[in-house]
Amino acid sequence: MSADTQVADVRAEQASPRRARPFGAGGPLVYLIAAAVVVVTVGPVVYGALGGFRSNEQLARDPAGLPDPWVFDNYRAVFTNADFWGYALNSGVVALITTLLTVACGVMAAYPLARYQFRFREPLFMVFVLGLLFPLAVAIIPLFILITRDLQLGNSWWGVALPQAAFALPMTVVILRPFLMALPRELEEAALIDGASRVGVFWRIVLPLSVPGMVTVGVLAFVASWNSYLLPLLLLRDEMRTLPLGVADYSTEHSADTAGVLAFTTIAMIPALVLFLALQGRIVNGLQGAVKG
Amino acid sequence: MMQQGATAVVARPEPATTAARGATTPRAARRPPRLGWRQRLEVLVFVAPALTLMGVFILWPVVSAVRMSFYRWKGFGPMDDFVGWQNYSQVLSDDVFTGAVAHNFVIVGLSILVQLPIGLGLAFLLNRRIRARGLLRTIIFVPYVVAEVIAGVIWFQLLQPGYGVVDTLVGAVGLTPPEQGFLGTPDITLYTVFGVLTWKYLGLAVLLFLAGLQGIPDELYEASQLDGASWWRTQRYVALPLLGPTIRTWAFLSMIGSIQLFDLVWVLTGGGPANATTTMATYLINQGTARGNYGIAGAASVVLFLVALVMAVLYQVFVLRRDTQEQR
Repeated sequence: MSADTQVADVRAEQASPRRARPFGAGGPLVYLIAAAVVVVTVGPVVYGALGGFRSNEQLARDPAGLPDPWVFDNYRAVFTNADFWGYALNSGVVALITTLLTVACGVMAAYPLARYQFRFREPLFMVFVLGLLFPLAVAIIPLFILITRDLQLGNSWWGVALPQAAFALPMTVVILRPFLMALPRELEEAALIDGASRVGVFWRIVLPLSVPGMVTVGVLAFVASWNSYLLPLLLLRDEMRTLPLGVADYSTEHSADTAGVLAFTTIAMIPALVLFLALQGRIVNGLQGAVKG
Repeated sequence: MMQQGATAVVARPEPATTAARGATTPRAARRPPRLGWRQRLEVLVFVAPALTLMGVFILWPVVSAVRMSFYRWKGFGPMDDFVGWQNYSQVLSDDVFTGAVAHNFVIVGLSILVQLPIGLGLAFLLNRRIRARGLLRTIIFVPYVVAEVIAGVIWFQLLQPGYGVVDTLVGAVGLTPPEQGFLGTPDITLYTVFGVLTWKYLGLAVLLFLAGLQGIPDELYEASQLDGASWWRTQRYVALPLLGPTIRTWAFLSMIGSIQLFDLVWVLTGGGPANATTTMATYLINQGTARGNYGIAGAASVVLFLVALVMAVLYQVFVLRRDTQEQR
């Protein structure tokens, strides 16, 4: 994001030097509000991270204080906890399967909706838009029965990943269609005239060009899966649990060990945070596309 | 970024294709042609995996929920005890469920009333040319990325009665925190939950509004400035009206999210104390998994879906329609 913003800034400044100073610059009040927002926003996250470096005794004595002395045992305990690595593995695999399924099915569905001209195109697109309206909670109980009894996938990675991909697809298609529509047609048309098939065009031209869009929806799907709670809560038990379940269970089982809970929680949120921040620009673009399209 | 790539490709001269395009586009615009069987097959192959997944894991369970709602069923044995509308009358006359519906609507209303002004204010602020603007935008988005469960666990610690950070801070400014804590006093727990929700989701609102603001051409601001309008008047009369479609889309996403609220409530309060924070989703999960009342859970699911659907349709008809009409 920052690169884009900087480019935009430079351009704006070149275009209108007059605007640079008085209009919409930052005064003390602006910075004060900004500082307050920063404190409230990251305060709880920082509290969790720092709390993991304190002992329970320190936390009890002064809940809002800094680590003194710094204690590394809590984080060490998490990293040497076999359960934690099991949860992380489950979260990772489920998120990976979900992401691959979502991106593959999503880009395939978005392509004809973006490029083919046919009568049922808009109704077909509406099917995906309507899919946004089906909350997971509505389907959750029958979904639980379907997966555990009919498909025998209860307590397995696929049992969670398949429905998660299904519920991620509407948003994926809604984001990808305008993205694919914005790709230049000329390359595809040239290839078609040269005798390539539509499927060949899709595979060799559209897919490589849509990598940025697929990264956007892929990260969204990955983070949604990494953070998801309701479906794993009903489907996964014991050593198959994912990190959110592990965090929630750990915090109830070890409610007296506040520092340990905070360390566990902090480590669990890092992967999603890093992934999201690293690819923030792409994600912002994708969300903008969905809102405008 | 991607637009630059696009123009680079377009700039390459392709006389043959432009001619071909000129021939097909006007006809295509008037009436979409019927596809040949081969192209129909292609469309089908492309769309089939997505539709299959959605059919099996979204449509089928929703249809099952509707069917389930007409039976008394404990989750095992054949589903053959048809009870008609009885589950519905039971759900709708259950004070816990009607309370849950009310809680959902309180969250829907508060989200718009509170998060919209704050979100807009912050977006205007972050759109000014201030130092570390990119960093600020990133920071404000952090809570959105944190899982609801993790946000719930951290806030649960912060909100511990007596020794928690929030109680300590409230005490430090001279106020008395509630005796049972912010999560243990039925009258205020829902508002506490809403506060945590606002912390978690305000970043998304700001992000979307900022995206909308960036689409407003600089010339408009300059014209307003030359006319002598203050910064605030410019935001109010130039930026805000142009932000309309973005705001309406955000409000829609926010409403749909509030109606399905589950994770955060489940971790923070479990619906308590004394059912003060139940939502439709926590109610149906509780009925379905803890008590095995699958028929009741089914009826609650259907009510939840209908509420979401009616809200979405009304919103589409009365609010979002304006956007599509304005474009034409």
